[in-house]
Amino acid sequence: MTNEMKLEFSAVSENEAFARVSVGAFVAQMDPTMDELTEIKTVVSEAVTNAIIHGYEENPNGKITILAKLEEESIELTIVDTGRGIEDIEQAKEPLFTTKPELERSGMGFTIMENFMDEVEITSKVGAGTTVYLKKRLATKKSICY
Amino acid sequence: MLTVNFAQKQDVLLIRLKGELDHHSAKQLREKTDHYLQEKDVKHIVLNLEELTFMDSSGIGVILGRYKEVQRAGGEMVVCSISTPIKRLFEMSGLFKILRLEHRESDALRQLGVA
Ligand SMILES: Nc1ncnc2c1ncn2[C@@H]1O[C@H](COP(=O)(O)OP(=O)(O)O)[C@@H](O)[C@H]1O
Ligand SMILES: [Mg+2]
Repeated sequence: MTNEMKLEFSAVSENEAFARVSVGAFVAQMDPTMDELTEIKTVVSEAVTNAIIHGYEENPNGKITILAKLEEESIELTIVDTGRGIEDIEQAKEPLFTTKPELERSGMGFTIMENFMDEVEITSKVGAGTTVYLKKRLATKKSICY
Repeated sequence: MLTVNFAQKQDVLLIRLKGELDHHSAKQLREKTDHYLQEKDVKHIVLNLEELTFMDSSGIGVILGRYKEVQRAGGEMVVCSISTPIKRLFEMSGLFKILRLEHRESDALRQLGVA
């Protein structure tokens, strides 16, 4: 069976912890390993932080949406902002690339997402916003009984 | 929530982190550490991550920033008691090329000659 949830919240840094803990709690029903749970929380934190810092440039009126979908053996996450968008996605994905070095950004967000998830798809339009789709297959899940 | 605890041993600032280090809490760590470095005579930093339960790439940024500060004054940074998931983030970002890693706090302090 498929189980879905949707969260919408303001683009403020207090919500970074809220977002990863909420997604972690939703995903817990799939009985992931501790490592898988940590990886999922980390990528949620990365995508939400990006929306806050880069998408909305810390404007608290911005709204972030997370859709989470649990399938038999995998987890799909979609993180959406309607902020400023990304000009060059290939460049943005390069390790250590950041447009905000003055904020001590490490430029590792997308690299971490690609390392921790099986699929990463970024769609973005300048002036319209960014959508990050992430998919992870759980290694331990052969079949689930509800 | 992040708790930042400072202790000084001669010219070494020992920073113990407890809780979660993300973009929200990185600001607090940066401000408190920079304030300490300005006020006190410190050359090296030991960062104890034993009780750090979560970290993302914002943590990498703030740690790298503090490393650059001590390095500018000829100091070193040693990280100790790091958990496996956080270690993976350090490895991914190449942090171990510039920071030293030790198992325990006592080893880190001994490395810097203040144990
Ligand atoms: N949601 C977003 N909206 C606009 N730009 C973004 C978004 N996410 C990422 N970016 C761009 O991609 C770059 C790389 O992102 P990332 O790898 O997370 O590094 P960092 O956040 O440390 O800059 C950012 O510096 C920014 O220019
Ligand atoms: Mg980022």
